[in-house]
Amino acid sequence: MLSRENLVNLVLAAALLAVPLAANALGQPFYVTLATRIAILALAATGLNLALGLGGLVSFGHAAFFGIGGYAAGILATHGFSGDPLIFGLPGTNQMWVIWIVAVVVAGLVGLAIGAISLRTSGVYFIMITLAFAQMVYYFAVSWPAYGGEDGLSILVRNQFPGVMTMRPLSFFLICYVILLIGIGLFALIRASRFGSALQAARQNEVRVATVGIEPYRIRLTGFVISAMMTGLAGALFADLNRFVSPSMLSWHMSGELIVLIILGGTGRLFGPLAGAALYVAFEYALGGLTERWQFFLGLILLVVVLFARGGLLGLLAGKARHG
Amino acid sequence: MVEPVLQISNLVKNFGALRATDGVTLDLRPGEIHALIGPNGAGKSTLIHQICGTLRQDSGSIRFAGENVGALSVAGRARLGLGRTFQVSSLAPEFSALRNVMLAVQAREGSSFRFFKPVMRDKGLIDTAMAMLERVGLTARARIPAAELSHGERRQLEIAMALALQSRAFLLDEPMAGMGPEGSKSLTRFLDTLRKEAPILLVEHDMDAVFALADRISVLVYGRIIATGTVEEIRRDPAVRTAYLGDHA
Amino acid sequence: MTVALALEQLLNGLQLGVMLFLMAAGLTLIFGVMGLINLAHGSLYMVGAFACAATAAWTGSFWIGLVASLIAAAAAGAIVELVVIRRLYDRDHLDQVLATFALILMFSEGMRWLFGSFPLYLDIPPLLQGAVPLPGGTEYPVYRLAIIAAGTLVAFGLYLLISGTRLGMRIRAGESDREMIGALGVDIRTLYTVVFALGAALAGFAGAMVGAIQSVQVGMGEPVLILAFVVIVIGGIGSIKGALLGALLVGVTDTMGRFLLPKLMALFVPPAQAGMIGGAAASMLIYIVMAVILAVKPRGLFPAAHA
Repeated sequence: MLSRENLVNLVLAAALLAVPLAANALGQPFYVTLATRIAILALAATGLNLALGLGGLVSFGHAAFFGIGGYAAGILATHGFSGDPLIFGLPGTNQMWVIWIVAVVVAGLVGLAIGAISLRTSGVYFIMITLAFAQMVYYFAVSWPAYGGEDGLSILVRNQFPGVMTMRPLSFFLICYVILLIGIGLFALIRASRFGSALQAARQNEVRVATVGIEPYRIRLTGFVISAMMTGLAGALFADLNRFVSPSMLSWHMSGELIVLIILGGTGRLFGPLAGAALYVAFEYALGGLTERWQFFLGLILLVVVLFARGGLLGLLAGKARHG
Repeated sequence: MVEPVLQISNLVKNFGALRATDGVTLDLRPGEIHALIGPNGAGKSTLIHQICGTLRQDSGSIRFAGENVGALSVAGRARLGLGRTFQVSSLAPEFSALRNVMLAVQAREGSSFRFFKPVMRDKGLIDTAMAMLERVGLTARARIPAAELSHGERRQLEIAMALALQSRAFLLDEPMAGMGPEGSKSLTRFLDTLRKEAPILLVEHDMDAVFALADRISVLVYGRIIATGTVEEIRRDPAVRTAYLGDHA
Repeated sequence: MTVALALEQLLNGLQLGVMLFLMAAGLTLIFGVMGLINLAHGSLYMVGAFACAATAAWTGSFWIGLVASLIAAAAAGAIVELVVIRRLYDRDHLDQVLATFALILMFSEGMRWLFGSFPLYLDIPPLLQGAVPLPGGTEYPVYRLAIIAAGTLVAFGLYLLISGTRLGMRIRAGESDREMIGALGVDIRTLYTVVFALGAALAGFAGAMVGAIQSVQVGMGEPVLILAFVVIVIGGIGSIKGALLGALLVGVTDTMGRFLLPKLMALFVPPAQAGMIGGAAASMLIYIVMAVILAVKPRGLFPAAHA
């Protein structure tokens, strides 16, 4: 017997698949692209949810990892085309799976560096310092003209994946969809695992975790790094979707957006990020069609949600979360 | 004499001009219940914080299980076997009683970096945790979130967690606080059996429990230990009577 | 590279520092007294700038515009506090971040609605135009010196307010024990509104002054806001003294960094690359400084005692 939440999750997952399939059959590739955008943002937000929802770490700098993943894809692809070697004589590549590995590793390493320093602080300081680190990466990207600087970097042709015609919107969507499901699956596994127990306990009561003999810092740092890696992977996919990377992927607005996605859907919920991403992209599209000032209304809706509907969409649909 | 499990020597802690801990020397021997009493503001909490590691002492040493733990983190001391309960209950409120104890069990095993096996289906972890809950009489409430447990049940849960840690010493910070007469009696009985597991440093206000349980009592006043001895010795000590016991003696 | 040039950059750094102090003081007061992170502070800076520019264009007087900026920003602050911020005091920081982030969106689009996407221009008042000669031969704009002076006056005024008046006493009491002052009968709600409006006025004032040397446009407050956060993190959240020190440190470091680092790089690498690497390094410099300070003092240089 499925719980109410699992039922909602199933519907969400099915809807995300059904809409692009239908759109493709009806010859409307725009909606396939929209669905891909939702899937990628959902993956990025799931990554953040590991740190924020499970760990209670309010990172206002996750755009750094999103952007790093994007630039990994952009830089590797550019070198892959031109044939010029990258650094240390290593070539670029146009193979998605290689790019993904690089994106994940680099985002993880940067996450380790940022996390190691940031997690020595807490509360407001943590929020501020993660924001500041992301700004650092942003300004670095803006002032590095070799890869486009403020104007960004184009990926001429979408990267390749063995056996798949990645240029086709539906094919690329399916790649992103599968990765999203894997990401959500990983989140579920981690949440239910011993590590997840420790991470969530650290959020609920840090002193308690220490007094049973678990170092909260180590648990949080590990969670932060995994979170960075997942968001980095989403960034690489995002770059391939738009065939473009720009410093705006690193902006603090992006960091704020990622947090908004989670809140809209419901913090710490398995499918919260997906619900939030779907809502957000739908707003953007529907409201944006109505008025250029759609961000005003987005702000208003967000304000109302924060003040009055704290559990997000899944809170409304599926009731209170259970923790076992 | 047998080496004490916990040895505190000349511990000093100042908060600006306030000398909260004034050269405290105290030890905890195997198999004993050592009660720490003293009027409000005597510095008992500050002392407990230094022993378990949430506060760093200014000078003096703390030896536990044969090691100098003064520089060790809270988690480090817990891993050595220092089990602590809190004056105000400290639990993971969203987790069930069972999952709280399972956390302690996995901490004991040092297995917190496993990412793939769901804990709620981990029979080994669950069985061990349930055994602890049974010892404190909480099996019926195992699946209830900790936030919804009664005050007394939270106390029991904390002790179950300390048991799960297989502590080498228990640091109990006013376990009787907020317990009615029935609860106090059963907890007193329980603590009496607990001493066989590991010695207990018991900070308490409840004099009935203290006199019923303690092998030794130390009296803390303005950050100094003014007397240490058996129940009888302390009852008769004039300094203690004037400073603290009043008409309890 | 001359001494004169360096002096000019130093003064620019002081000017930036003084502006940052006005922003940071409000932010840190609001956090110190109410425990609230206010991301919308940059929007209040923007409101002040727009109010000044619009009023100056309408009346022909910069000075009337300046007064208007104070009133507009304080009013906007008060309204926002009464309608939104009030409900956030008991919430966790995540909720505060999100709600004030939502306010940023609303303010930005609201301003675009009112004024369009093109920047407004604000002219330097005739009294403050021109330049004064500096030792070494160059000249320095009078207006920028006026900003430094104005900011210093405000800092001094703030010090007098906090240490010498009843309001200041209530603010200091509120910073050390929020619950107590309520119990002592101080009207907390009014106090909070006043503090928020005061912070807003400071931000609006800064925005108005800067509006004459940069353009007045939507989003102008955001880079300043981020720097102001760096300032209060370095200075210690809740500490005005820390905000002043942090602001001067950040202002001077950032400005001198942008001036010196490319020159420094030129000693090691060819000039074309030196400019690029130096520029990138200069942008990151402030954040590196912040990270180093936090590594040594995780709560900033003057952490609030109770926080």
